Amino acid sequence: MDWLPFWVSLQLGLWVTGLLLLIAFPLAWWFAFSQRGWVVWVESLVSLPMVLAPTVLGFYLLLFLSPNGPVGQFFLNTFGIRLVFSFPAIVIAGCVSSLPFMVTGLKTGLLGVPTVLLEASATLGKGQVETFFRVVLPNMKGGLVSGMVLTFAHSLGEFGVVLMIGGSLPGVTKVVSIAIYEKVESLDFETAHLYALILVLVAYPGVLLLNHLQRQGARRSR
Amino acid sequence: MIHFYIQKSFRAGAKTFSLDVEYALVAGAVLGIRGPSGSGKTSLLRCLAGLERPDGGFVRDDKDFWFDGRRNLFVPARKRNVGLVFQDYALFPHMTVLGNLLYACNDRPKAWDFLDLVKLTDQAHHFPRELSGGEKQRTALARALVREPKLLLMDEPLSALDEELRDSLGEEILRVQKETGVTTVVVSHSRHEIDVLATEVMELADGRLDPNKHLF
Repeated sequence: MDWLPFWVSLQLGLWVTGLLLLIAFPLAWWFAFSQRGWVVWVESLVSLPMVLAPTVLGFYLLLFLSPNGPVGQFFLNTFGIRLVFSFPAIVIAGCVSSLPFMVTGLKTGLLGVPTVLLEASATLGKGQVETFFRVVLPNMKGGLVSGMVLTFAHSLGEFGVVLMIGGSLPGVTKVVSIAIYEKVESLDFETAHLYALILVLVAYPGVLLLNHLQRQGARRSR
Repeated sequence: MIHFYIQKSFRAGAKTFSLDVEYALVAGAVLGIRGPSGSGKTSLLRCLAGLERPDGGFVRDDKDFWFDGRRNLFVPARKRNVGLVFQDYALFPHMTVLGNLLYACNDRPKAWDFLDLVKLTDQAHHFPRELSGGEKQRTALARALVREPKLLLMDEPLSALDEELRDSLGEEILRVQKETGVTTVVVSHSRHEIDVLATEVMELADGRLDPNKHLF
C-alpha cells in the first residue's frame, strides 16, 4: 500500500492547523469583542468557505495564485516560486477553506471566558499578554481543542480545493481523498476501501473528543 | 488619603442616570455606601478601580492622580494597585486557592501569610469549585489584599452568603481589614452589611452621596 498520500495529508493538516492557530486567534478575538457593526460583514466573509462549493473556492484561489494572479505573480517575482500545483499552494487553500472552523471554535471559546476574570486579572496588575496566556487560554480549552480538531479533520478530508489548486502530484499534492478518488476511478475498490477506512478510524477519535468536551462543558454550565 | 469626585452618566434600563459623587477618605477608614439596585454603586467602584472611565472629576491617592478629567489623565486598573473583591468573587477556576494568590503576588511566603490571615491554609491546594461560599469570599479577599493595595474595594461582599455565615464572615473581614489597615470602600444594598463593616456610612441616592440618610 502507498502511504505517501497519508504523509501529504498529515503534513497538510499539521501546517494548516498550526498556521490557522496564529491567524485565527486575532480574528476570533476581534469578532468576539468588537463593538463595530461592520465586523459582521467581515465575519460573514470569513465564514463563506463553509457554505461555498469547494470548486468555487478553488476557482478563485486558482485565479489569485496562478502566475498571472496577484499573489502568484508576487511569489514568482519575489521568491521565484511558482505557487500553483505545489505543496504551499494546497496549504494556502487549506487555510482559506478551514479558516471558519478554527475561527468559530476559538470565538466560542473566547466568549465562554467570563469578562469578570479578565477584569480581576487587570485589578491584580496584569497586562493583556499575561492575562491572555494565564487566564484566557486555560479557560477556553474546549473552544481551542474544538477549533484545532475540526480544522485538522477538515484538512485531512480536503478534496475539491486541493484538486483544483494542487492537482495530484504524488508526494507533493496528492492527499488521501484524491488517492481514494483515483483508486475508485481505476476500479481498485480494495485499496480505496482501505484508504477510506483509515480516514474513518482517524476521524472518529477526533469527533469523539469533541462530543466529550461538549458534554463536559454542558455539565459544567448546568 | 483617597479623595474622589466622580461624574459619570450611564444607562439603567431605558433611562439615563448620572452619578455625581465626592468623598475624601482618610487612610485606614472603611467607607460603606448603601443604595438600592441600579443606584450606581457598582459603577462607582468600577470607576475607582479603573475598570471604567468617569466622564469627569478626579480620583487621587494623596498627590497621586489615578484619574483627572481636566488633564485627560486615566491610569488603568492594572497600574493602580487597587484591590477589588467582586460580587461573585471572580476566582480563577483553573488555579488553586494558593495559585490565585500567587497570580496576584509571586511571593510564596507572603501568599501563605495571607492565607493564614484569612484562615485558609488547609484549603490552599483546593480549587474554587471545591470551596464553600465563605471560603471563596475569603480567598477573594486574600487575593485582593496580598498585593498590599492602597485601596480595597468590596462589592456586596456578604450578599451571596447565607445569614449565619454573613455575620461571622463580616467579623472576619473586619478583623482582616484592621490587621492590614487598608483604606476600604464597601458598597451594598444591605444596611446590615454596611453597618457591620463600615466606619463611615453614606447613602447613594439619585446619583449623589447623602450623609444624612444613613442616620436612622
